[in-house]
Amino acid sequence: MAENILHLERLTMQFGGVTAVNDLTMDVYKDEIVALIGPNGAGKTTVFNCITGVYEPTNGSVSFCGKTIVSNRPQGKMKKLYTGEYRGEDLKIISPTPDKITKLGIARTFQNIRLFKTMTVFENVLVAKHMRARQNFLSATFRLNFKEEQRMREESLALLEEQGLLQYKDEIASNLPYGLQRRLEISRALATEPKLLMLDEPAAGMNPQETQELADFIVQIKDKYNLTVLMIEHHMDLVMKISERIYVLDFGKLIAHGTPEEVQKNQRVIDAYLGVAEDA
Amino acid sequence: MNVMNMERNGLNNKSTFSAVSEFIAKNKIGFLLIIVLYSALFILEKMMPPSSMLFVVLKKGAIYALVAVSMNLLNGFTGLFSLGQAGFMLIGSYTYAIFTIPVEDRAAVYQYFDGGIIRFTVPVFIALIMAGVAAGIFAFFIGLPVLRLKSDYLAIATLGFAEIIRAIFQWNKLGPITNGSNLLKKFPSFSSVLFPFTVAGISIALIVLLINSSYGRAFKAIRDDEIAAEAMGINLAKHKLLSFVISSFFAGVGGALLAMYQTTVQASAFKAAMTYEILLIVVIGGVGSITGSVISSFLFIACSEWWLRFLDSETYIGSFKVPLLASGFRKVVFSVVIMVIVLFYNQGIMGTREFSSEGIARFFSRIASRNRKEGA
Amino acid sequence: MEFINKNLPYILAGISLGGQYALISIGYTMVYGILRLINFAHGDIFMFAGFAMVYLAASTPLYVSIPLVIIITVILGFLIERIAYKPLRSAPRMSVMISAIGVSYLLQNLAWYFTSGLAKQYPKIPWISGSITIGSATTPIVTIITPILTVLLVIILVMLIKYTKIGMAMRAVSKDFETSQIMGININSVISFTFIIGSFLAAISSILYFTSYSTVTPVAGAMPGLRAFVAAVFGGIGSIPGAVVGGLIIGMCENITKGLGWTTFSDAFTFALLIIILVAKPTGLFGEKTTEKV
Repeated sequence: MAENILHLERLTMQFGGVTAVNDLTMDVYKDEIVALIGPNGAGKTTVFNCITGVYEPTNGSVSFCGKTIVSNRPQGKMKKLYTGEYRGEDLKIISPTPDKITKLGIARTFQNIRLFKTMTVFENVLVAKHMRARQNFLSATFRLNFKEEQRMREESLALLEEQGLLQYKDEIASNLPYGLQRRLEISRALATEPKLLMLDEPAAGMNPQETQELADFIVQIKDKYNLTVLMIEHHMDLVMKISERIYVLDFGKLIAHGTPEEVQKNQRVIDAYLGVAEDA
Repeated sequence: MNVMNMERNGLNNKSTFSAVSEFIAKNKIGFLLIIVLYSALFILEKMMPPSSMLFVVLKKGAIYALVAVSMNLLNGFTGLFSLGQAGFMLIGSYTYAIFTIPVEDRAAVYQYFDGGIIRFTVPVFIALIMAGVAAGIFAFFIGLPVLRLKSDYLAIATLGFAEIIRAIFQWNKLGPITNGSNLLKKFPSFSSVLFPFTVAGISIALIVLLINSSYGRAFKAIRDDEIAAEAMGINLAKHKLLSFVISSFFAGVGGALLAMYQTTVQASAFKAAMTYEILLIVVIGGVGSITGSVISSFLFIACSEWWLRFLDSETYIGSFKVPLLASGFRKVVFSVVIMVIVLFYNQGIMGTREFSSEGIARFFSRIASRNRKEGA
Repeated sequence: MEFINKNLPYILAGISLGGQYALISIGYTMVYGILRLINFAHGDIFMFAGFAMVYLAASTPLYVSIPLVIIITVILGFLIERIAYKPLRSAPRMSVMISAIGVSYLLQNLAWYFTSGLAKQYPKIPWISGSITIGSATTPIVTIITPILTVLLVIILVMLIKYTKIGMAMRAVSKDFETSQIMGININSVISFTFIIGSFLAAISSILYFTSYSTVTPVAGAMPGLRAFVAAVFGGIGSIPGAVVGGLIIGMCENITKGLGWTTFSDAFTFALLIIILVAKPTGLFGEKTTEKV
């Protein structure tokens, strides 16, 4: 099998007494497109937030390219509240901030688009280049980094051109139409030079035509930038069309995983989506 | 890594030079304006009596412009609502004063503390930088714990720190260094308006360069959306601290200039009210506009020191006593104006726009083209 | 017994001051709970009530001037909210806070203008200005009345919030602003009501406070206001019992630091306490934790 890119090991996220993600183990392999689906409130975005360091999971670990990047066990008050299986004290506590995770090569988009609203399209992409630039605030202030700056600008322009956003480069990001804002958010994520791209409902609010285009777009950038893609999505046609494997969550628990065909036939998945009829 | 970077750039002097000349060429009008401004100041000083109110406004306005811009860097560009500016100005002005009072005058200044314990002086220029560095160091240690706080909690915590700093500097036990709650005086000051203009001008130019650099973009990203900025690999703690320290550095330099302008320093003057005043200048100018802050500083000082002074004195026209005019009325008018701006013109004078040489050129070319059209 | 007799006046004074802070701090905590706004002008409303008393008592008998002071202060609080905060309801939080600072600046400057910056003597109020002797210790009556009145008012307020319709609306709004708006709660009247209660308590507190301090100045509200805010944070912002406990602790601490001869540091100490709480436990003693949704 291909190289393991992302591995979640028995990940649990508990907010007070509410378990949002419950003992989830999953894998994403290189060059795959994997979808994470489930009814509203199933804990999908919480999984994203645990992987990217926004939340500190209550228990379990996340590995990226074979290296453990996030790991935790119940501590303090959580010790009492934790309802899951206790895994002992051997688990090391690794809890990096989101920027560290991005630097490792995981980029993400957000369910409710989070662009830098007052900045231009160009600047939005340029900001993402800041992290990898070789400079400090003095060299930047005194323009000693001008070669670095020039490289960042050229790369950003090239990226915008590839994404068909070049003509909007000086527009204020929040003035773009919705579909382009989504596209800009993905471009901005690409600018961080990720290995793994995580998309949170990229097709939200799109019509079938736009969704269709988005599907092609995702496949296209995946090949072009050598990416592995993990996405949360509700549009089933999109999911079934481009993802190689699907994980299904319900109430924070993994209820099924497999190829699109397998998942489609799975009775538990059908029940979760349609609700179990009383007399069925 | 950065040292290497600089070395490599140093070797490439030719391209550095060409970049600089290109930069100058691009901002021709701007540079021209600066030269015109400084020559005008120079000539003004030769022609007008030095006691003219104009010079008071220019000197104090330049100092407040620097402090307001430094606050804008934090509040307007990084989105950190800090109210600690007066505290950092205090550190700057004390650092400057302590290290520049001539040795022979120390016995008189520190009369209750045996002439103090510091028995040397440093040149003015170095003392100005020390003032900034001292404020920056304090900011670093204050920033470490408080910058994790959000908006209004950050505001109240920084306000609190400014008050704590004020109390510490007035503490009698530190008298040999700070002269306790007594005045510091007899340190070198300036007489020409060109001095504050040069120091403040260079400082503001540096802030502008920073804001237009990659770091400035990162600051703005944090202001727009912290979570997205973090997801783009921007280390929030590091960048917030950087902005806080740099802002405080320049507030410290501004404090030192203020000390020079006033010729005396006393910790009790650096109250929260001073921070509020600077905040209001920033708001009037437009949160997120450097030129706005500069313009509004001069306007603010001109109004409070000069143009609106008449509001404070009872006036008779013939035997008719002009109503309302009395001590304190100026500040009432002021606060009403500020409330009107906050409520109805919350963009301030400039909003987030900047007054640039390109903008001026564009403005004139637009007028020219309109005239041409009308002529045709 | 000797120790208690010697220190009783200090302890009582601390409790009394704490009670006065508690009454102010309820205004902060309720406004913050609903609008997420530090009402910087609250301390100046308190100061305004002090001056209103000075001027009214000079021309009217106390049984008229006291209710009048309370009514005027309540109207002022109501108007400030309507004029300076309501138009900014959808503006960024920073703008509202700047507006609050502006109002505070305006009130202080107005007070300065009308009084020429001079301290004014606060009128003597017969029932609370005198002294009383307990055991061998003599203490002003106000130090006994304040805690009793504070507890009484807080009980009434808690009942109001728990059992009346407007109280329920207030709780709903502070839990979730948008949803309660959708559910048909009149946000504006709830907010106005909050400011009215806050100003009412500030007026009561000002009568007690200035009776014990005897003079009013234009900046007299600034520090008590900030201390009361610290008390609100200490107790956990949004929580009324928290504000009371916080007020008592801050009041006691202030009297202790002053008693030890650290007067220069009494404000610094208050702020140091604030910063420690904010950094170590931002939710205070009784506050609730909120998480931002991503």
